[in-house]
Amino acid sequence: MNNDSPPYAVEMENIVVRFPGVLANDHVNLTLKKGEIHALLGENGAGKSTLMNTLAGLYRPTSGTIKVFGEKVDFGSPGDAIEKGIGMVHQHFMLVPTQTVTENILLGLDEPRFFMHLLEYDKKVLALEEQYGLSVDPTAKIWQLSVGEQQRVEILKTLYRGANILILDEPTAVLAPQEIEEFMKNMRLMVDSGKSIIFISHKLHEVSEVADRVTVLRKGVVTAEGVSMEGLSKRDLAELMVGRTVVFAVKKKPQEAGDVVLAVDNVQAINNKGITALNGVSLDVRSGEILGIAGVSGNGQSELAEVITGLRECKGSIRVNGKEVANKPPIEAIKSGVSHVPEDRTRVGSAPTMSITENTIMKCYRLPPVGSGLRINYGTAEEIAEELKDEYDILAPSVNTEARKLSGGNLQKVILAREISSDPQLMIAVQPTRGLDVGAIESIQGLLLEQREAGTAILLISEELEELMALSDRIAVIYEGEIMGVVDAAEADVDEIGLMMTGAHAEDLV
Amino acid sequence: MARITVEKRVEDVPRWMPAATSIFAVVAAFVIVGIILKLMGGEPFTVAKFFWNATFGSWGTFSDTLVKATPLILVGLACTVAFTMKLWNIGAEGQFYMGAFFASLVVLIPIMPPDSPRILVILTMMVMGLIGGALWGFIPGFLKARFAVNEIITTLMLNYIAILWNNFWIFNKWSDAGFQMTPTFEKSAWLPRLSDLARQYSFFSGMTLHAGFIIALIATVVVWWILKYSKWGYEIKLIGDNKEAARYAGINITRNIILVFMFSGALAGLAGMIEISGVVHRLQERISSGYGFTGIIIAWLAKLNPFAVVLVSILFGALIVAGREIQPSGLSQLIQGIVLFMVISSEFFLRYQIKFVREEEPPTKGVQVA
Amino acid sequence: MNLEIILHSGLATGTVLLFATIGEIFAERSGILNLGVEGMMLLGAMAGFSTSLAFGNPWLGVIAAILAGGILSLAHGVVTINLQADQVVSGLALTFLGTGLALVLGEGLTGQNPPLIPSFDIPGLAAIPFIGPVFFQDHSVLVYIGLIFTPLAWYYIFRTRPGMHLRAIGEKPEAADTLGVNVYGLRYFYVFVGGCLAGLAGATISLSVSPGWYSTQTTSGQGWIAIGLVIFAQWNPLTAAFGSYAFGALRRGILDLQGPATLLGFTNPLYVNSNYGFFLQMTPYILTIIAVIIGSRAATRQRLGAPAALGEPYIRGERGL
Repeated sequence: MNNDSPPYAVEMENIVVRFPGVLANDHVNLTLKKGEIHALLGENGAGKSTLMNTLAGLYRPTSGTIKVFGEKVDFGSPGDAIEKGIGMVHQHFMLVPTQTVTENILLGLDEPRFFMHLLEYDKKVLALEEQYGLSVDPTAKIWQLSVGEQQRVEILKTLYRGANILILDEPTAVLAPQEIEEFMKNMRLMVDSGKSIIFISHKLHEVSEVADRVTVLRKGVVTAEGVSMEGLSKRDLAELMVGRTVVFAVKKKPQEAGDVVLAVDNVQAINNKGITALNGVSLDVRSGEILGIAGVSGNGQSELAEVITGLRECKGSIRVNGKEVANKPPIEAIKSGVSHVPEDRTRVGSAPTMSITENTIMKCYRLPPVGSGLRINYGTAEEIAEELKDEYDILAPSVNTEARKLSGGNLQKVILAREISSDPQLMIAVQPTRGLDVGAIESIQGLLLEQREAGTAILLISEELEELMALSDRIAVIYEGEIMGVVDAAEADVDEIGLMMTGAHAEDLV
Repeated sequence: MARITVEKRVEDVPRWMPAATSIFAVVAAFVIVGIILKLMGGEPFTVAKFFWNATFGSWGTFSDTLVKATPLILVGLACTVAFTMKLWNIGAEGQFYMGAFFASLVVLIPIMPPDSPRILVILTMMVMGLIGGALWGFIPGFLKARFAVNEIITTLMLNYIAILWNNFWIFNKWSDAGFQMTPTFEKSAWLPRLSDLARQYSFFSGMTLHAGFIIALIATVVVWWILKYSKWGYEIKLIGDNKEAARYAGINITRNIILVFMFSGALAGLAGMIEISGVVHRLQERISSGYGFTGIIIAWLAKLNPFAVVLVSILFGALIVAGREIQPSGLSQLIQGIVLFMVISSEFFLRYQIKFVREEEPPTKGVQVA
Repeated sequence: MNLEIILHSGLATGTVLLFATIGEIFAERSGILNLGVEGMMLLGAMAGFSTSLAFGNPWLGVIAAILAGGILSLAHGVVTINLQADQVVSGLALTFLGTGLALVLGEGLTGQNPPLIPSFDIPGLAAIPFIGPVFFQDHSVLVYIGLIFTPLAWYYIFRTRPGMHLRAIGEKPEAADTLGVNVYGLRYFYVFVGGCLAGLAGATISLSVSPGWYSTQTTSGQGWIAIGLVIFAQWNPLTAAFGSYAFGALRRGILDLQGPATLLGFTNPLYVNSNYGFFLQMTPYILTIIAVIIGSRAATRQRLGAPAALGEPYIRGERGL
C-alpha cells in the first residue's frame, strides 16, 4: 500500500455479463495503465463491445468489480461513468443529425442551465479543438458532416466532459488508410497529454502498430490478458483470437473471364441527402470474374448497388446481358438474372418475423414450382428450404424458425442460399461478411468463389481490403462517386489502392 | 437468494400464448368493468346474469347476437387485411356508410326496377356496396401511396365526411315525408332471413338472422385463403413485416397500398350493404353504432386471424345486444377501451418473460497467457 | 360576412385547437405518438364542466380538466414506454377509454349551466383599429392565455436547454441516453404535458368558447383535427397557432355563408336549401386532409418532418446488426 497515485486507470475483475441465451463476458479481467494505449482484440461477437459498454455504464455486469483509479465503482447509468472520467466513442455514432456540433457536445450537461447562448459555447468548442488538433465547424449540423468529421465530434464530446479514460470502439472502421494515420497521431497526442485509451479492434495490423499492451477475447473469455506487444507477432495474435492457425489465403483458381455481363456506363445518382453520390461511374463485369469495389464506406458503394438492382434512380445506362435495367423497378433486375446480397441483412435482406421458408422464396415465389397461378405451394417451398438448409449448413431448429432468431452468419447463409439458388447471371454482393465470425466468413467467401467458377459475374463491394485482394480478379477503387482506377488483383499494391481510396487518380500514381 | 428479472424472450412463444393473452384481456376487462359498476352502486353479478340471458340465453337472443355480429365480422376482416400490411385503416366506419349508400342507390335511383327478381337486386346491391367501400378506401390509399400522407388522419376525416354525405341525401332528396330516412325498401331488396321460414317452421318466428351472416362467413374463408395461401397474401404479409425487404424482392409497394386499401374498404362497404339489406331495409342517418372502430379492436384481439375474428365478433355482438338495455350509454365504448388496453398490455408478455435468477454462479476460468 | 367577426371568432375557436395541437407537438417531439387527443379532450371538457357545476367555480373546472387529461395520458405512457406496445393502437385505445369515461361520467350534464370562464377586453390595446377588436376585445381569458402561451412554447422548444433535450430524445434517443439524459422520464413528462393541454382544450370548449355539454358533439372530432394540424405545422408551435386560428376563421367564414340571401350577386344556394349545410359541415374535415397533404409534401421536400424516432419505443442497448 503506497500513497502514490495508482498505476492503473481501470481495473476490471471477473466481469460476467449475461444476456438471455448468451454469456457475453465470462469472468473477464482487464487492466488499463495510466497513459497507455491498450488494445482489446477479438473477432466479431467475442464480447469486446459488451465489455466496454459495461465499463461505460450502459450495462450493469451480472457480477464482478470495476475500479477506476483505485476506487471501486458501480455505474448505474452512462452518466455515472462520465462523472468518473470515462468517455466512450461508439462504433455507431450517437449524434443527433438535425442538431449542430456544439448542441450535440452540450447534450446532457448541466451547463448552460436554461437559456442556450450558443455563440459563447461555439467558441469554447473551437478552443478545445485547437488543443487536440481536431478540427470541425461547431455550427454545422451533423447530417452535413463527413464520417471522419462526425468521429471527431464524438471524441470532442468525451474530451469536453473531462474524460481521462477514452474507449474507442472500432474507430478506424470508417476511415481510409491515410485518415487512419492521422487518427493514430491524434491518439498519441491525447496519450501524451495524460489520457489513457482502450481501443477495440479486430484489425491485427493496426493493433500491432499502435498498442502498448493487448487483451484478447474469444467467445467471451480472455485468452491473453494485458500482454505487452513486444515479441508478439500477428500470427500469435490471430491464434489467440481464433484458437487455431488461421489460414489467410483462400483458394482461388485462376480462370479466364467470359463475356461482359454487366455494363455500367456514365451513371450519375443522388443519395438520400440530396447530394451527388455517383458522378459518372463506368465499369463492366464479365462472367466468371469477381470485380471488387474498394473504398471507404460512404463513397457511393451503396448507391452503386442500388442503381444496378433498381432500388434507386440514376442517369446513364446500366445493361445486364445487353438489356437495359437502369431506372426500372427491382422486379426487372430480378427477371434479368440479377441477384443481390444486400448490405443490411436485417433491414433489407430478410423479413424478421417470417420463417426461413418464407424468406427463402422471396425471389422465386412467382414462378413454378413454388408459385402456381394465384397461389403458393408451401409444401414445395418447405422442401426447397430444407434442401438448402442442408446444403448450406444453416444452423436453426427448423425451416419454420423466424428469421430474426438466427445468428448473423446463419441469416447471411439463408440470403446467399436464396440468391444463389436462382442461378443468377450477375450477383451483387455488398459487405457480405460484415459482422460475421471467422468460420462464417470462410464459408461465405467459399460460396462466392464457387459461383465464380460456375460462371456467374460477381460485383463484390467490401470494406475489407484483404478480402477484396483475396477474392477479386480485378479491383476498382471508388472515391466520392468516381472510379479512381481499376487494377488487376494479382499485381495490386496495397499502398496504391490506399491512395486511390483517398482521392488519387490511378494515372497520377505511376 | 433469488431475484426477479424481466428478460427478452429468445425461444419462440408457446403456441397457446397469443390466444391466452387475448382471452385474459377480455376477462380482465370484464372484471374491471364489474368493479366500476360496483363502485357506481350497481350490481355486477345481476348485470352479468342479465347479460347472458340477453345474448346467448335462448335461440331467439342468440339470433339477435349473430345479427349484430354479422357486420362486425366483415369490418373486423377489413381491419385484419389492412393491419396485416401495417396500413392503419381507421376509416372502416366511413367505408361502411359509403357501401350502404351505394347499395341503396340500386333502389333509390333506381338502378334496378322494383319488380326485378330478388337475387338480381341483391347481387347488384352487393356489387355496389363493394364499389362504394372500395372507392372510399381508394382515396386514403392513393394519398398515402402517392404523397406519403398519414392514413390515420385521412381515413378518420373521411368517416365524418361520409356520414355528412349520407345525411345530405337522406334529409334532402330521398327523405320519407320529412323524416331522416328513406322510405322502406321493397321486399326484393331484402336479404332473406330466418323469420321468412316461420310460416313452415314456427321455430324461426321472430328470428331476424339473415343471409348476410352466410356472406360474412364466406368472406372469412376467402380472406383466410388469400392471406394464407395466395401470392398476394404473401406479398401483403411481406410488406407488413418489412417494407424495405418487399421492395428489394421486387414487389410493387405503391400498387399494393392502393389495392389493399380498396380491398379493405370493399369489405367494410359490403358490411354496410348487408346492414341495409338485411336489417334496416332503408337508408337512414344512423346505421352503424361505431362498427368501424369496434372492427379495429376485433382485429387486434383476434391477432389478425380471420377465424378468430368470427369468434370475437360474436362476443362483441353480444356486447351490443346487451348494451342496448344497459345504462349508461357510453359503457360499451369504455369497455372497448379497457379491453384494447388490456390486450396491448398483455402483449408485453409475448416479447418478455419473467424469470427467477439465482445470485451465485460457479466460476469458470479463462485461459491466461504470459 | 364581416371579416372582423370572422377573425375574432377564429381566434376564439382556434384556441381550442391550439392547445390540443401544441400539446401533441410536445408529445410527438419527444418521440411518442398519442392519438388519444380526442378522448382526452372530451374527458377534459366533461371534467371541467362538471367540476365547475359542482363547485361553482370555473377555474377549478379548468384545473380538473387539465388533471383529467394528464392522468388519462399516463395510461398511454405506461403502455408505450414501459410495455413498449404499439403506439398507434394504444392511442386508439386511449380515445375509446377517454370517450367512454366522459360519456359514462357525464350522464345528465346536458342542459346544465355552470359558471363559465369570463371574457373581457384588454384596455388600451382594444382600441387599436382592426387589430384591437380582433385580438383584444371580448375574448375569454383562455384565449389570451393561448396567445401568450404560443411564443413561450416556441421559445422553450427551440431556444432552451430542456427544449434541446426534448428534441434530442425525439430525434435520436440513444444519443441522449448515452450522455445521461433520462429518456424514459422525459417522455413520460411530455406525454403528460400533452394530456394536460388536451384536457385544457376540452375545458376551453365546454367552459368558454362553445359552452355546454353535448356528449360526443362537444368536441366533434377536433382532437383528430389537432393531430392533423401537427403535421401541417411541421411540429412548430408558431405554425400550429397560425393553422389553428386559420382553421377557426375558415369554419366561421364558411358558416356565415349560410346567412345571406345573395352571395356575390347570385342567389345563395345555402339560403334556399339549408340541407346544403351538410357540405359546409364537411369543410373542416376536408381542410384537415388538405392540411395534412400540404404538411407531408413540405416534409418530403425539406427533408425535415417528423422527429426521427417518433412512434418507435426506445429500448436501451438495442443495436441493429
